[in-house]
Amino acid sequence: MAKKSIKLSSTSKNNIVTYAILAAIFIFVEVWTATGNISSLFKGLLVPLCTYAILAVSLNLVVGILGDLSLGHAGFMCVGAYTGAFFSVLFKNSEGPEWLRFVIALLLGGIVAGIFGLLIAIPVLRLKGDYLAIVTLAFGEIIKNIVNLLYVGVDSKGLHISLTNSANLNLEPDGRMIIKGALGITGTPNDSNFVVGFILLVITVIVSLNLINSRTGRAVMSIRDNRIAAQSIGINIAKYKLIIFTISAFFAGIAGVLYAHNINSLTATTKNFGYNMSIMILVFVVLGGIGSTRGSFIAAMILTALPEMLRSVGDYRMLIYALLLIIMMIANNNEKIRSFEKRISLKKLIKTKKENRGGNV
Amino acid sequence: MEFLSYIVSGISLGSIYALIALGYTMVYGIAKMLNFAHGDIIMVGAFTVFTISTTFGLPPIVGIIGSVIICTVLGVTIEKVAYKPLRQASSLAVLITAIGISYFLQNAALLIFGSGTKSFTSVVNIPMIKLFDGQLTISGETIATIVVSVIIMIALTLFINHTKPGKAMLAVSEDRDAAQLMGINVNTTISVTFAIGSALAAVAGTLLCSAYPALSPTTGAMPGIKAFTAAVFGGIGSVPGAMIGGILLGIIENLSKGYISTQFSDAIVFAVLIIVLLVKPTGLMGKKINEKV
Repeated sequence: MAKKSIKLSSTSKNNIVTYAILAAIFIFVEVWTATGNISSLFKGLLVPLCTYAILAVSLNLVVGILGDLSLGHAGFMCVGAYTGAFFSVLFKNSEGPEWLRFVIALLLGGIVAGIFGLLIAIPVLRLKGDYLAIVTLAFGEIIKNIVNLLYVGVDSKGLHISLTNSANLNLEPDGRMIIKGALGITGTPNDSNFVVGFILLVITVIVSLNLINSRTGRAVMSIRDNRIAAQSIGINIAKYKLIIFTISAFFAGIAGVLYAHNINSLTATTKNFGYNMSIMILVFVVLGGIGSTRGSFIAAMILTALPEMLRSVGDYRMLIYALLLIIMMIANNNEKIRSFEKRISLKKLIKTKKENRGGNV
Repeated sequence: MEFLSYIVSGISLGSIYALIALGYTMVYGIAKMLNFAHGDIIMVGAFTVFTISTTFGLPPIVGIIGSVIICTVLGVTIEKVAYKPLRQASSLAVLITAIGISYFLQNAALLIFGSGTKSFTSVVNIPMIKLFDGQLTISGETIATIVVSVIIMIALTLFINHTKPGKAMLAVSEDRDAAQLMGINVNTTISVTFAIGSALAAVAGTLLCSAYPALSPTTGAMPGIKAFTAAVFGGIGSVPGAMIGGILLGIIENLSKGYISTQFSDAIVFAVLIIVLLVKPTGLMGKKINEKV
């Protein structure tokens, strides 16, 4: 008689492991902070850690689940960051609880970024592969370019927007500028902290995992695996692509809001919202294993924390990233290495042993 | 007159884009991959000229020849080491590898030369021309760029259409398997393509930095992406398309700089890319490929 136990499907087991890892990370950091052993360097890293993890998990939806290479993820982050920071600065001195303002800022940043994701996904529907990658890259650069030229001010008459210079805003004497072109937004309240960031990460992971294991997720993965076959069995490719792009952009926007409320002055440079950042997030997703939610955030956290721990190799870190990226890709596509991996994989070993035992009885 | 000067400088910038775009389009046509690292080969080429002529003080012509040789070797090596093992892999894997190479080159240059911007000494030694009583001035760099680009484009067209390796390239881009059956060595042909593309990138890098003398490890990234835009604009895979696309894009960029806004010019160039891909995804001269199941 076989022992009766609660049987979990492999996906549930997998998800439990993911949540357990998240819980372990949270407890570890909280204990570390509580005992006071944490260095100030690491304290400063906690929010970026969550930001990058959210970005990686959300990009994984597009790259890993939908199978489209998006190089404009930092653009959505930029939209979210500016929207959220704008809202917070606008209502900085108004009454009402601070947490409510931050929650609204987060939602607003996410929604506006999501709308951008939808707008970008519509033209992108017609494209695939390399063309899609280059168009998302172009969109990201356009967003960064425009944000750098954006001047927004507020006075008693309402909002004034200009794309040329601050003088064109025609502000009343009592008015104040909020977005100052290339100088960005200053004086954003520091609402972000590790707990909030971590809650957002957990929400992102929950949404991501549930989406992947839903009917929608399976439809999206069928598009990834064979677009034409998916279409022929009646899957609406346009609909699912729009869904994924919008959700992914929404979370990138939220990560942006988190990022903006962790720093004092927000500017859009190549480093934070440009093509480099998009690539960086892509590196997290690829090194974490394309399609793996768990891998995405673990890789993002390790690769953000590691260079800070190894300050001495700081200059070489990007070089090492680049090499890792190339080696991973070549190794993943090498027949010999693949078969070697299969032979040494632990799971396979256990399985074959079990099978052998089963055969003897 | 203002308009004419924008057009002339646009053609000059566009010729540089065209030279870079040729590298993209040939590699795309033959290896069916987007060589993202192409823009950074421009940067390597410019740094080589800078090192040879400014640091070692040798004549510019030595610098240019050295740069062409180094870029050619680099291009072929990259293909052999990184892209060849991925011939059968998905396009996502190849693209990510290319991005890795691009990052590698940028950061290697950053470690060797530092992040500061170097002032590139122009290799062109032609006086500027003044036309219409000095209302229109054309710099020596502009003339040199246009002349060199025209010569290269004619030579390349002759090479592709009238020599054996050139015809082999056409055959491989048409149908790789059939070309192999006809006795064409596909690997050699792909190497030749990368060699030509990288040599053109070296020339383009030298011309680019002569006209706009600021050199840094990220110099190649933006022209690289814009040249790719040009290649897509002209129809990727098509050699005349890359030339026309490059020149048109250069003119569009300079006109928008002149009449709309300097800061907006990048956004406009990318908007052109998006519009072209939406209206005519095959570009101006590209062929439509039907998808087979």
